Amino acid sequence: MNQATRIFAQALLYAAFAAVVGYFATAPVYRHLPADQALIKLSFSHSGKLLAECRQRSAEELAKMPPNMRAPMDCRRERSPVAVEIDLDGQPLFRHIAPPSGLSKDGASTVYQRFTLPAGTHQLAVRFSDDVNKKDFGYQRAETVTLAPGKVLVIDFDAEKGGITLI
Amino acid sequence: MVDAAAAHTSVARLMSSISADTACGQHQLASESLGSKICRKLDHQFDTVFGAAANPWRHLGALGFLFLWIVVVSGIYVYIMFDTSVAGAYESIESLSREQPLFGGLLRSLHRYASDAFLIVTLLHLAREFLLGRYRGFRAFSWLTGVPLLWLTYAAGIGGFWLVWDQLGQFSANATAELLDAIPLFATPLTRNFLTASAVSDRMFSLFVFVHIGVPLLLLFGLWFHIQRISQADVFPARALSAGSLAALLVLSLVLPVTGQGTADMAQLPAALTFDWWYLAVHPLMYATSATTVWVLVFAITALLLALPVLPTMSRKPAQVAEPVAEVAIVSPDNCSGCRRCLDDCPYAAISMIPHPNKKIGRELAVVNADFCAACGICAGSCPSSSPFRHNETLVTGIDMPQLPVDSIRRWLDEVLADETKHGEKIIVIGCDHAVDVSAIATTEIIPLSLICTGMLPPAFVEYAIRRGAAGVLLTGCRSGGCAFRQGNQWTEDRIAGRREPHLRSNVDPSRVNIVWADRGDEAKLQIAISQFKYSLLEVSHEPSH
Repeated sequence: MNQATRIFAQALLYAAFAAVVGYFATAPVYRHLPADQALIKLSFSHSGKLLAECRQRSAEELAKMPPNMRAPMDCRRERSPVAVEIDLDGQPLFRHIAPPSGLSKDGASTVYQRFTLPAGTHQLAVRFSDDVNKKDFGYQRAETVTLAPGKVLVIDFDAEKGGITLI
Repeated sequence: MVDAAAAHTSVARLMSSISADTACGQHQLASESLGSKICRKLDHQFDTVFGAAANPWRHLGALGFLFLWIVVVSGIYVYIMFDTSVAGAYESIESLSREQPLFGGLLRSLHRYASDAFLIVTLLHLAREFLLGRYRGFRAFSWLTGVPLLWLTYAAGIGGFWLVWDQLGQFSANATAELLDAIPLFATPLTRNFLTASAVSDRMFSLFVFVHIGVPLLLLFGLWFHIQRISQADVFPARALSAGSLAALLVLSLVLPVTGQGTADMAQLPAALTFDWWYLAVHPLMYATSATTVWVLVFAITALLLALPVLPTMSRKPAQVAEPVAEVAIVSPDNCSGCRRCLDDCPYAAISMIPHPNKKIGRELAVVNADFCAACGICAGSCPSSSPFRHNETLVTGIDMPQLPVDSIRRWLDEVLADETKHGEKIIVIGCDHAVDVSAIATTEIIPLSLICTGMLPPAFVEYAIRRGAAGVLLTGCRSGGCAFRQGNQWTEDRIAGRREPHLRSNVDPSRVNIVWADRGDEAKLQIAISQFKYSLLEVSHEPSH
């Protein structure tokens, strides 16, 4: 192979390398959702109610305890699991009971879930309970939502903002 | 220590393989796997175009270093111009492309494409070393320290997309958070950091910067470990290869500049993303399967790569035939002068120096770390005590290979050149077990010997063979840049040319010494070279002496 042919072949191979790098750095185009779809994200991190009310310790109980541990109130740390239900257009979409985190079950209950659905108008109903001792869901919200293609609707829970939020 | 009995045993084995007119070493040629054949053929094709020194297949590791340095240099400028905030990140990067297309924008594109190129050559480097079976024994350390670098490469690369904070960065950050949340490590899901625009904070960008700068620093540290047991590691590609690779990326950056894909909008998913599949393919894979599937796959691949050095080989040999165990180099303290040449020449940093036990102040002794030793014999070739002109009945040198002591090579030369009536007729061909099979070219005049590596031949043996009556000596072995033990052919060339100690003495007629590097598959090339050498020796012998 003469020098000119070698240089030409080298240029060709370098170009092929650049082409491979460049092509897969930009193509094929990725579509995460079909063009007519929208996305609902359910996400919350919420600590359920304490399972038991705090109790006043009696004098006898306190006397039996080491002096440095004589806290007058006995509060159990375990928290209630958090239940959540979502209906979409009158049909059940999601049912879940999120247990409290932590070895002592005293942490927040967390959920993250994605739902893809056709863009358009939908009836959305969300129910949320953070107290297992109550029979009814403590928080409920029903909305008619219109989701454009690619729209991300976030369902969250924020007690300070009145409970279930749709963002 | 090499004792006389061992040397005698070895030479007996060597001699037993010498027929009346032909000879080759007592050890067999190293078997060639299918993977090695594939690599060899690919190497040869590219050698034709690039030459061995600039053949990218032979220097994938060095190319990786080159691309990493391009990433670092271009990244420093991009970082200087970067605004570490939610509001400013996208605009600061976009302004590079908009306002400085031929500098900042070019560096931005170069940063991305060099990162992609780094990943590609890293994966090719891994595949090549696997095909060549270079993950066991003394190479296991380099293999094992290389595997975690893949994780760091992906982590550093993926983190870079978040910093731009365009729609691709938003998608990647969210997908990565979803992937990490599948492992129950965090009390609060990471995905909550990317739920809404208000959830993304400037502090989050400090974390992004930490990932994108901290992880590459760890990668550099890991690379330092990765090449610890390789002497004079190939970390700078040849100038032509560097220039060609850089030019290719520059042209790509100019032709296809990297641009942002619209500022991130947490309330909206992008309809279509211009996607970097080299780094981000893991995201579509997760959405097509599940995060658990991706983790199982990632951990399974990692575990398999880490287990490779200890997994049994897929040998076709019957179970009762054990793999031969390579005997490592051994040092003779009485013959080691502590000159450090073996220390300098060992390609795998298997030799260290300690104070000599003979208590002479300042004198050192070479010590071989058996776990690092490749059993290539290059150290024996570097030892000044490996001179066949020494008068000892048994030639014991400072450092030697028990399976093929230099004494056995001297005895072999004495044997094949014993017939004084044929002085000036025979050509000694010294080859190696990993390159072209020299035994195939044996004739009554062409006397071949295959060594473990050509680099184990002390240059004084060339002079010895000529003085003992050889017409000439032809040295061969793996092609340049392709030595099975990295530096055997380079050291040989340098020693013969007088550029490296121990060197061939200048009183040897250079026309009677020839070097032809020839891999397996280069048999015809070797035959032609021998014919030409033979012819040139004839011409030399017929020239009138002055």
